[in-house]
Amino acid sequence: MTTLVSGVVALLLLWLALWTVLARDAFVAVAGFVVYGLLLSLLWVRLAGIDVALTEAAIGGGLTGALLLGAVGRLRGTEAAAWSERSGAGTRAVAVLLSVGVTTVLVLCVLALPEPAPTLAPQVAQNLPATGVGNPITGVLLAFRALDTLLEAIVLVIALVGVWSLAPDRFWGGRPGPRYTADPDGVLAYLARVLPPIGIVIGLYLFWAGADHPGGKFQSATILAAMWMLVQMAGLGDAPRIDNRWVRAGIVVGPLVFVAVGLLGAWTAGAFLGYPEGLAKPMIVAIEVALLPTLVLVLALLLNGAPARSADPLPSRSADPGPARSAGR
Amino acid sequence: MSVVLDAFSIVAIVAGLVFFLAGTVGLLRFPDAYTRLHALTKADNLGIALVVIGLLPQMDGVLSALKLVLVWLLVVLSSAAVSQLIARSVRRQERGE
Repeated sequence: MTTLVSGVVALLLLWLALWTVLARDAFVAVAGFVVYGLLLSLLWVRLAGIDVALTEAAIGGGLTGALLLGAVGRLRGTEAAAWSERSGAGTRAVAVLLSVGVTTVLVLCVLALPEPAPTLAPQVAQNLPATGVGNPITGVLLAFRALDTLLEAIVLVIALVGVWSLAPDRFWGGRPGPRYTADPDGVLAYLARVLPPIGIVIGLYLFWAGADHPGGKFQSATILAAMWMLVQMAGLGDAPRIDNRWVRAGIVVGPLVFVAVGLLGAWTAGAFLGYPEGLAKPMIVAIEVALLPTLVLVLALLLNGAPARSADPLPSRSADPGPARSAGR
Repeated sequence: MSVVLDAFSIVAIVAGLVFFLAGTVGLLRFPDAYTRLHALTKADNLGIALVVIGLLPQMDGVLSALKLVLVWLLVVLSSAAVSQLIARSVRRQERGE
């Protein structure tokens, strides 16, 4: 019975993937992609990968979907022109050959996997008590493969710098994105008042539970960033200026603490990112606590986009509303 | 006792699924965005309520049951708000604003 359900979900996924690729309208394709992410997280639940399922739903479906929707909004004006340009038969043939070739190689690789698949799970289970955390995923992310997580955090910060660098000179240091306005008595403003208190509690719960149960800073940061975006889109708060010292400090605190802990490890435990005996848990908690503001700020500011409003010291709403966009009046 | 609870769960969840089915049929068959939203939100809210009520006896503790109820309330809150927002944006588009 459950195999049947998984089979149906897998077929649906394949169909949705095709539909997303073939959709003529970019908005429709993004809608398909978001549903694809949600269905994929269902499949991860079936495979007992709750941590991956949470991440897929939060980042794959939610955050990436929101980023793509923003891109669709910006491309709206050029979409028709892009569709009217048809590439030549040769280009299309090469594209088909290339994608079929890549797919074939991937299929061959999957079929050639040794049976049973190579796994490090027993070693992780054996050494997990030394880290003091109960969730093996957290143990892998912050102890056994901490370097990967450090690089991930740094990549996110660099991505944000990349987005910011798209700002025109006159807006450098200003606020990103449009200033959203919405009916202060409307549904959106109501939602933006009711939901964030609940969302903040759930986000912090996921963060705290991540030590011993599925959850963690990434899923938590996505929820917290979403709450912040909701408040912004309802016009109840504005995006921060990107030259704000606190914002910048919050963005770099995670990687800095991570590197500091790593250097401490090199000094006391003999290896970069090695944790001294008995102190692994507090070190991991310190890194997680420092990474949370970084991730919340980076994820939300990535959604906000490049600075698009001037850096006037006091941008009052009437004098400099910027390119205001009405969201759900 | 557990047989009675299981039977209750099955009846409630199946009834909930019937409402989901009705909402989906409405989404596919109704002529415009407003009536589609109407069908979807009314039927799905009832559907998810019945599914949650059906699942409650199957939870292994009061805390899990409370979490389930919280999820239900959040889904109802967000779906109601989002359907309002969609309807408003459709109306704005129709007026050509």
